[in-house]
Amino acid sequence: MIEKKQNPVVRALLYVLLIVLTMITLLPLVWMLSASLKLDSEVFTIPIKWIPETFHWDNYLRVWQKIPFGLFTFNSAKLTVIITIIQVFTCSFAAYGFTKCHFRGRDTLFLCYVATIAIPWQIYMLPQYSMMQKFGLVDTHLGYIMLQAFAAFGVFLLRQFYQSIPNELLEAARIDGLSEYGIYGRIVLPLSKPALTTLTIFTFVTVWNDFMGPMIYFNSESNKTIPLGIRMFLGQYSTSYELIMAASVLSLIPIFLLYVPCQRFFVQGIATSGLKG
Amino acid sequence: MTTQKTQKKAKGLSLNTRNTLVGMTFILPNFIGFLTFTLVPVVFSFILSFMKWDGFNEMQFVAFNNFAKIFKDPNFRNSLVLTLEYTVFTVLFSMAAALSLAILLNNKLRFVNFFRSAIFFPYVASIVAVGCVWKAMFMKNGGVVNALLGVFLPDSALPGWLADVDWALPAVIIVSVWKNMGYFMIIYLAALQDIPYSLYEAAEIDGATKWQQFRRITFPMLTPSHFFVLMMLIINSFKVFDLIFMLTEGGPGTATQLLSMYIYNKSFISWDYGVASAAAMILFLIVGGITLIQFRVEKKFNDFM
Repeated sequence: MIEKKQNPVVRALLYVLLIVLTMITLLPLVWMLSASLKLDSEVFTIPIKWIPETFHWDNYLRVWQKIPFGLFTFNSAKLTVIITIIQVFTCSFAAYGFTKCHFRGRDTLFLCYVATIAIPWQIYMLPQYSMMQKFGLVDTHLGYIMLQAFAAFGVFLLRQFYQSIPNELLEAARIDGLSEYGIYGRIVLPLSKPALTTLTIFTFVTVWNDFMGPMIYFNSESNKTIPLGIRMFLGQYSTSYELIMAASVLSLIPIFLLYVPCQRFFVQGIATSGLKG
Repeated sequence: MTTQKTQKKAKGLSLNTRNTLVGMTFILPNFIGFLTFTLVPVVFSFILSFMKWDGFNEMQFVAFNNFAKIFKDPNFRNSLVLTLEYTVFTVLFSMAAALSLAILLNNKLRFVNFFRSAIFFPYVASIVAVGCVWKAMFMKNGGVVNALLGVFLPDSALPGWLADVDWALPAVIIVSVWKNMGYFMIIYLAALQDIPYSLYEAAEIDGATKWQQFRRITFPMLTPSHFFVLMMLIINSFKVFDLIFMLTEGGPGTATQLLSMYIYNKSFISWDYGVASAAAMILFLIVGGITLIQFRVEKKFNDFM
């Protein structure tokens, strides 16, 4: 509702309300940051000291010494980058096939894709696991990459976008003698930069934050990712909440850095994948 | 397709075959992966629900025994009831929160983008990181939540939250609403911006109050979004796992052992693959049913508009 003549009192109240709501929403994150800079004896004192007396930045160093956090970060980064690249390429390729190529059985095939988006992972995680065991892919990065790289969601998201590219444009290119691959590479791909960015960001965030997949698949320490590392802290140093919080803050930094400049892509992704479904 | 004429004559192949081949090359790289790692396991899961298997020994066909077993299992019934409770409250509170926030943030205000981003941020934050924080905040002694409540309530009235059988589920629901409301707020915001302003102008001329405008214009105009949000929330609630695993691991006792947690325990703790798959099939039927309704109704909305 766009208000024309808004009462200044109402307006002030609105700001107060919004500030309070935002503060409540951000409270856990503020607490996280504050606890990560405290001594372990200060974390649970009452009344809460939101600003620690002395800032213990060394907590952030100790995280790297107590668990192989560097290795976990490397693993997280490696898996995220590889999966995102495979996902964006194969999905955009498939989405082109599903939108702009015409052949029998195309729509039936696509229906299979859409149907699996709605199927919760819990339903097939077990057969998937025993299958991976047969392939010898449990507790390997390759196995996890295979699981995550072909998500149907990406195909769905890009297909929504490709449908908005006018067919006349492609027709013109066909008349000029461009092959389907040429059309994909030279016309559709450059046009779909916003959609590809959206998918990249969504995949990045999903894989970076993923907890259940790595938890089930990775046993050896050398394979573990950041979320498992934090979980390890929780198990081994359950009283050192300042370290757990420091590790949590570290794990949020890449997401935050990505989130701030790219918000509009998040909004776009949600709006397209959501309502026009 | 008129273009087919313009394409260079396929050497020896009919146009149809050629088109199929070209289409297939686009789809195959993704489809092979999708088929192997998603579609096959889904089908396998269906078969498994009629088998007795521990993952190592021979499979045995047991027909509907697994289903009989889970319906006799009080833990399974308990998990169904808990999942329903969780779903009802999460859906109600999330919808209310998302809609109110969207309406508040649809005003022309300074810093409106900052407010929106701040409220959306929990949605992209790692579940493990925020799970740890909430765990600490819900501590009975020294936790932020009780410290704040302690201002109004006597110490004896403060709940133990995640460690308390009666309060663990509400605590999980609070975190869930907090984490996901930003996502649904964005969906509502997008829809709110599509409501024609002329409707409000007309209402204003007719002397409608703000509340009447909300009840008679905003709320009904959002019907497709209400429906979408409702369906998404129900489906998400039925498959919630990470959050529960991080906060309570299903405890204390079985106080937060929802359906997905039950399936996980049967799969990876007691290695009872058949029973786990049968429970998964029940989950599948529920979620599948809801999705079908969604498809049907959404088609109606689309035809209607």
